[in-house]
Amino acid sequence: MNVDSIQNGVVIDHITAGRAMRLYELLQLDKLDASVALIKNVSSKRMGKKDIIKVDAAIDIDLDLIGYVDPGATVNVIRSGEIVSKESIPMPETLTNVLVCKNPRCISSTEQELPQIFKLTDRENKIYRCLYCETKAEPER
Amino acid sequence: MRSLIDITDLSKEEIAELVDTAQDMIAHPEKYAHACDGKILAALFFEPSTRTRLSFESAMQSLGGSVISVSSAASSSAAKGESVADTAKTVSCYSDIMAIRHPKEGAALVLAKNALVPVINAGDGGHCHPTQTLTDLLTIYREKGRFDDLTVGLCGDLKFGRTVHSLINALSRYSGIRFVLISPEELKLPSYVKKDAIKDRGIPYEQTEDLMEVLPKLDILYMTRVQRERFFNEEDYLRLKDSYVLTPEKLRVAKEDLCIMHPLPRVNEISVAVDDDPRACYFKQVRNGRYIRMALILKLLKEA
Repeated sequence: MNVDSIQNGVVIDHITAGRAMRLYELLQLDKLDASVALIKNVSSKRMGKKDIIKVDAAIDIDLDLIGYVDPGATVNVIRSGEIVSKESIPMPETLTNVLVCKNPRCISSTEQELPQIFKLTDRENKIYRCLYCETKAEPER
Repeated sequence: MRSLIDITDLSKEEIAELVDTAQDMIAHPEKYAHACDGKILAALFFEPSTRTRLSFESAMQSLGGSVISVSSAASSSAAKGESVADTAKTVSCYSDIMAIRHPKEGAALVLAKNALVPVINAGDGGHCHPTQTLTDLLTIYREKGRFDDLTVGLCGDLKFGRTVHSLINALSRYSGIRFVLISPEELKLPSYVKKDAIKDRGIPYEQTEDLMEVLPKLDILYMTRVQRERFFNEEDYLRLKDSYVLTPEKLRVAKEDLCIMHPLPRVNEISVAVDDDPRACYFKQVRNGRYIRMALILKLLKEA
């Protein structure tokens, strides 16, 4: 399968097979007025199978969101057809405005323009808790 | 700017220092009568409170300082929709230190992040109440002379009881602590508190619904009220509110040096007849609360 190479844009590589569509949704790539390729189940020596997303536009990608949904995915930034940076995205220590606290008693449910901040409290079990009320985030599906 | 939002904001050494200062204040109150002359505490109570608000006011006045206060959300600009962040910036202009009680969990943290003066969390919904925990720790120290090697029974509402969660977090840092968790099934300690503060630290514990079975082994019995305001459903509250009632008859099997504690107010979970028992420490707790808050206010103002 051929997908045109990118001149200026972003390639999200090493996505766990099956997770690309979820990332596509959360990164709101559907709202982007640019070519976006979502490639599923690509053969990978390291992973067996993987997904890839190619975005043909020099956009800012929310790395925390990628690290939360699929830690270990790599983000390659392409400029003039060359890879100018390549980064494996770890699970972020904090998430800002990625998750929404579901606790109706939390101050974030009423306070004007308060950022929704979650802290990683258990890396092994991928548990994030609201900074304000410590309610556990719903696990990412 | 140093604030106190959660009891774990304080190290064991700082807790020891606060306990020492509070004990000195109890022994020599005159030494501290002018320690905060000219300083103003803003007591922002957006949720009903008698004990905690009066305790803070009494503490500040005992240090020579003065108090300005909001005693309910309805009588404040919060009723007009003012944010906690704006309240912080405004009240910082009028005071040297703030204490806040608020029905929303995390409100004290938001206040602290926006205030220009130290903030003390005086209870944020069902989340944290660190000055109650400091009060409890001072009481334990004064009654037992130590924080180590104690069997601590926590009885009643362990699910919504924020004082219980904070006390477990605080005591789990000391060696030789054993917890006995006594509650009905519906009000059991949340699993994350049990995991983070007890299991992951290798602390021995047992869970039971039977107070009488475990009462003889306890050094401390921390009773709690089933709190109506934490329930969404009145039926659940009515069904569970009388789960445990401590009486002189039940206490016959307890140790002679048991320390009975309660964050108060009580409804009926400790019979009034227990008040005359020398093991009843809950009114001593109230007194200790004033002195530990004095020690805390003094520390935070010195560090500001």
